[in-house]
Amino acid sequence: MTVKIIVTHKPGVLDPQGQTVLKNLHQLGHKEVHDVRIGKYIEIDIDVATREEAEKKALEISDKMLANPVIESFRVEP
Amino acid sequence: MVFAVVTFPGSNCDRDCIWALESVLGYTVRKVFHRNGSLESTDAVVLPGGFSYGDYLRAGALARFSPIMEEVTAFAKDGGIVLGICNGFQILCEAGLLPGALVRNRSLKFVCREVRLHIENRSTVFTSGYKNEQEILLPIAHSDGQYIADDETLDLLEHEKRVVFRYRGPVRPDAPDGNPNGSARAIAGLMNEQGNVLGMMPHPERACESRFGRIDGMGVFASIAEAVANRKMIPA
Repeated sequence: MTVKIIVTHKPGVLDPQGQTVLKNLHQLGHKEVHDVRIGKYIEIDIDVATREEAEKKALEISDKMLANPVIESFRVEP
Repeated sequence: MVFAVVTFPGSNCDRDCIWALESVLGYTVRKVFHRNGSLESTDAVVLPGGFSYGDYLRAGALARFSPIMEEVTAFAKDGGIVLGICNGFQILCEAGLLPGALVRNRSLKFVCREVRLHIENRSTVFTSGYKNEQEILLPIAHSDGQYIADDETLDLLEHEKRVVFRYRGPVRPDAPDGNPNGSARAIAGLMNEQGNVLGMMPHPERACESRFGRIDGMGVFASIAEAVANRKMIPA
């Protein structure tokens, strides 16, 4: 079963990559873009019986390894 | 005095540490491989710099789950002295042995140069050997050295005098600003609550030989050796 996980910077944590992309978008003339935040998309395949178990497992390993809760938030995509 | 230097896949300052500790400073070094090494009869542990696991996921995120880290954690909990340099600092933060996190330099650039450091606390097992020096110059070389933590944590670190090294003004008047990576409160090195685990981005092992220009880093290792010697004089 495939579970999709999104990891993002917590609000308030500076995202230098996003800021640099934002600056370049402005240089290209896309002045209407006022923020860019870059995160990670992770797909994991889990051998469990139910969707619920898979998501529970995904959250557990996100908290332990895939994300650093000090600086990042994570969620499982439905 | 036995230092253990841990090698993770992708460590690249392990040899620098071994060279400085063994050949230059004359300590005994145990070369410990992350997968099957042991910290038996070790006085202090050094987690060296480099790019363990290619910095995949986040710097230090995967090394933190290496088999040796269970031993390092137990060693630290038991009061053992642990020094994390650069990637070693990142690993200690990821492992939760130090608070906060190290993220991409604010400039987004790899920064490789000498920095001026103020020794904020000289009553630690890592700095007691610096008798007169207020400031030292050490090299840095990293992409992910921006230290961040929430304000509450930063206040606590300051209050408990756990900020050990802080970036200070430029090395020369014409050199770039003192804080090379945008670290919160210009923190370059900090220790845990018990004072036996230190993480620092600058490389003391690269400043131990006068023929390379500086010996400012020697004091860190000499302080550790002195602390270990003092501990051994006290019967258990």
